[in-house]
Amino acid sequence: MRKLILSTALAAIFALPAFAPASATEPSYGGNMVLTYKDDVATLDPAIGYDWQNWSMIKSLFDGLMDYDPGTTTLRPGLAESYEISEDGLTYTFKLRKGVKFHNGRELVADDVVYSINRVVNPTTQSPGQGFFASIEGYDEAAEGKADAVAGISAPDAETVVIKLSRPDATFLHIMALNFSFIVPQEAVEAAGADFGKKPVGTGAFKLAEWSLGQRLVFEKNADYWISGVPYLDSFTVEVGQEPVVALLRAQNGEVDIPGDGIPPAKFVEVMKDEAQASLVVEGGQLHTGYITMNVTQAPFDKVEVRRAVNMAINKDRIIQVINGRAVPATQPLPPSMPGYTEGYEGYKFDQEGAKKLLAEAGYADGFDTEMFVMNTDPNPRIAQAIQQDLKAIGINVSIKSLAQANVIEAGGAGTAPMIWSGGMAWIADFPDPANFYGPILGCGGAVEGGWNWSKYCNPALDEMAAAADSIVDPAKEGERLAKWSEIYMKVMEDAPWAPVFNEQRFTMKSARMGGADELYVDPVSIPVNYDYVFIKE
Amino acid sequence: MAAYILRRLFQSALILLGVSFITFVLLYVLPADPVRQIAGRSATAATVESIRQQLGLDQPFLVQYGNYLWNLVQGDLGRSYLQKTEVAELIASRLPATLLLLVAAISCELLIGLPLGIVAALNRGKAIDNGLMLTSFMTVSAPQFVVALLLLFIFAVKLGWFPIGGYGTFAHLVLPAVTLGILGSGWYSRIMRSSMIDVLRADFIRTARAKGLGRGKVILGHALPNAILPIIAMIGIDIGLFMSGIVVVESVFGWPGIGQLAWQAIQRVDIPIIMGVTLVSACGIVIGNLIADLISPLIDPRIKLR
Repeated sequence: MRKLILSTALAAIFALPAFAPASATEPSYGGNMVLTYKDDVATLDPAIGYDWQNWSMIKSLFDGLMDYDPGTTTLRPGLAESYEISEDGLTYTFKLRKGVKFHNGRELVADDVVYSINRVVNPTTQSPGQGFFASIEGYDEAAEGKADAVAGISAPDAETVVIKLSRPDATFLHIMALNFSFIVPQEAVEAAGADFGKKPVGTGAFKLAEWSLGQRLVFEKNADYWISGVPYLDSFTVEVGQEPVVALLRAQNGEVDIPGDGIPPAKFVEVMKDEAQASLVVEGGQLHTGYITMNVTQAPFDKVEVRRAVNMAINKDRIIQVINGRAVPATQPLPPSMPGYTEGYEGYKFDQEGAKKLLAEAGYADGFDTEMFVMNTDPNPRIAQAIQQDLKAIGINVSIKSLAQANVIEAGGAGTAPMIWSGGMAWIADFPDPANFYGPILGCGGAVEGGWNWSKYCNPALDEMAAAADSIVDPAKEGERLAKWSEIYMKVMEDAPWAPVFNEQRFTMKSARMGGADELYVDPVSIPVNYDYVFIKE
Repeated sequence: MAAYILRRLFQSALILLGVSFITFVLLYVLPADPVRQIAGRSATAATVESIRQQLGLDQPFLVQYGNYLWNLVQGDLGRSYLQKTEVAELIASRLPATLLLLVAAISCELLIGLPLGIVAALNRGKAIDNGLMLTSFMTVSAPQFVVALLLLFIFAVKLGWFPIGGYGTFAHLVLPAVTLGILGSGWYSRIMRSSMIDVLRADFIRTARAKGLGRGKVILGHALPNAILPIIAMIGIDIGLFMSGIVVVESVFGWPGIGQLAWQAIQRVDIPIIMGVTLVSACGIVIGNLIADLISPLIDPRIKLR
């Protein structure tokens, strides 16, 4: 067994102050931050929660074996003090940090890790994160309910967790940093039963102090938190059921520190034109791509020329204007801030004449009629109309089917939608790794009935390349692995099952009293805001 | 009277059964799969099937509906698919806010609508009548979202008289109730006007005037009690209108009622919540109408409950 990362090196990282913000203000302690969201928080159970608004709340309540440096996509150990990966990349041995306590006062032990992962894989938990653990040995039996536990996970002693994989998986440490891998205490889960999501107990920087259903949640600082020095806030209050326009008014009035749903589209230009307000807005990239899927199993999109023609017909700059410039043009499936993104690749350039030629080559000189499914909330129907106009210019007559999210997802999964505009349902990466943009949405595994690969694009050669890339687990060869992924996405672009349109930027507004590096307010992992590290200036 | 109430309660139960059946059918044929919403985007077909079985959604329609009813008669509304919480608990936590707003809003509608209707009737055909009726027409057709935001902007943001949304104190209640009051008052003023005009033409009013009673006494003492009957029935119907229109106002004012709960559940195909809220709302409407019908004979002894 070879140690790929030494615990001493990690100790050095942790000897540093918890986070040194780039902007020089010294963090100060105390205070209550107020945030708002439109939608209610459904659950705070890390095995279940998978929404925009609860994602980073769960991160503040719980921890996993792995974590990220705040405001970045850089992995760092979390509840694991150190870890080792075997030569063949199949065995991960995690050493737990000592003295970590759950909010109920009990000390964390290795059995808790075993319990927590088994719980997510157990089909009765109905976790949307179950599939992430598929590379662990014995997953299939446990996921199907044929075994009580995942055979590949064990705790030889109270401080050691050993996880055996059935295939090498370079993304495995990212999986261990996902919310679904967060550690829960068995006794608290069993005491609360199905209501654990409303009575969460974790090891995180905050604990839940109050939850008035439909109104507010109050998170209170965990004084015993295992990372010394954080969190800075005494508490933060989340008010739910707040219309974004009203949340913005309240923020302007000084009642709200962060409108969690961002600046409403209708107000965006007004806010950004006002210097005082614009200075409170933090802009950041996010691991998001908005794209048009074309069903490659149906004529006319079974012809690659047609799909390329669609790519060339889309005027991305104009579509970005439709959303007030809140995005950058996308050239490929991966967003620019994702490792593995191909720098310098320009994608299909806007060229209507070239597109018409390609259509003629495919035998559609006179164009054709088709349908595009789109989610019915603003700005998606408007974007769909812009796409409709672009395609009309090369002779493709698109009728727009504007439906509720669940209906579009259903049509996409069933393969009945010739085209789908992904807006409102688009892929935002679960973890910052190029693999996460492939399997479910471009790989053969997702191209099944009900899968998220709405193009139904399946290229077995690319699946093989993906498996090969993900078997490179040695961090020293990370560059080689990313080069492979870059190549995979370039091949996807050749086959053009998607027309990537834009990568949305995030804009978070914060009150003037909020401090901490800008990156924390557009954290690529703790979406939308990293509550543990922001603070209120004195 | 007791027999009448019993019969009405039996009818109400039938109505609720019908509502539950129709809603269940609509959710069943909806081209959106709740299991996919639960299973998430990384789920395999096997996971999806396993969840479908656990929730009993793989069963034939009638079995599913039968199971739902069986649980319902035992007082079990089920658990939310996504929140995993008891639907009864979710509704109970939000119902007080909705009921409070319901009472306050209908009071506002009456306070605004009835006087305007009476004034219009007394000035029938004059400019003031035309003006009032035009206003009532505008209020019933005004978009809720715009009116709510406008009131919020003027009275909460600019003038600072009321909090900018929220729940808990009387001050929080004023703007949402007034918004709904303004928007709904038009119905009442129009009905009040036509009912009042009919009554003012009646013989007993002429007799009262001929006896030399003052104008005020005739209107308030004789005309109004007779003209108010259609209003009582209207309130029963209004509860239904209120339930269907409350989502927008709740969302602008951050009011934690069942409208928001329903709206979010519909987006995520959370069937137990949708069923629960629909049934509770239907209950409200049925009870509201029953009360309106029971009150009518107290106001007009000529009405007999049969």
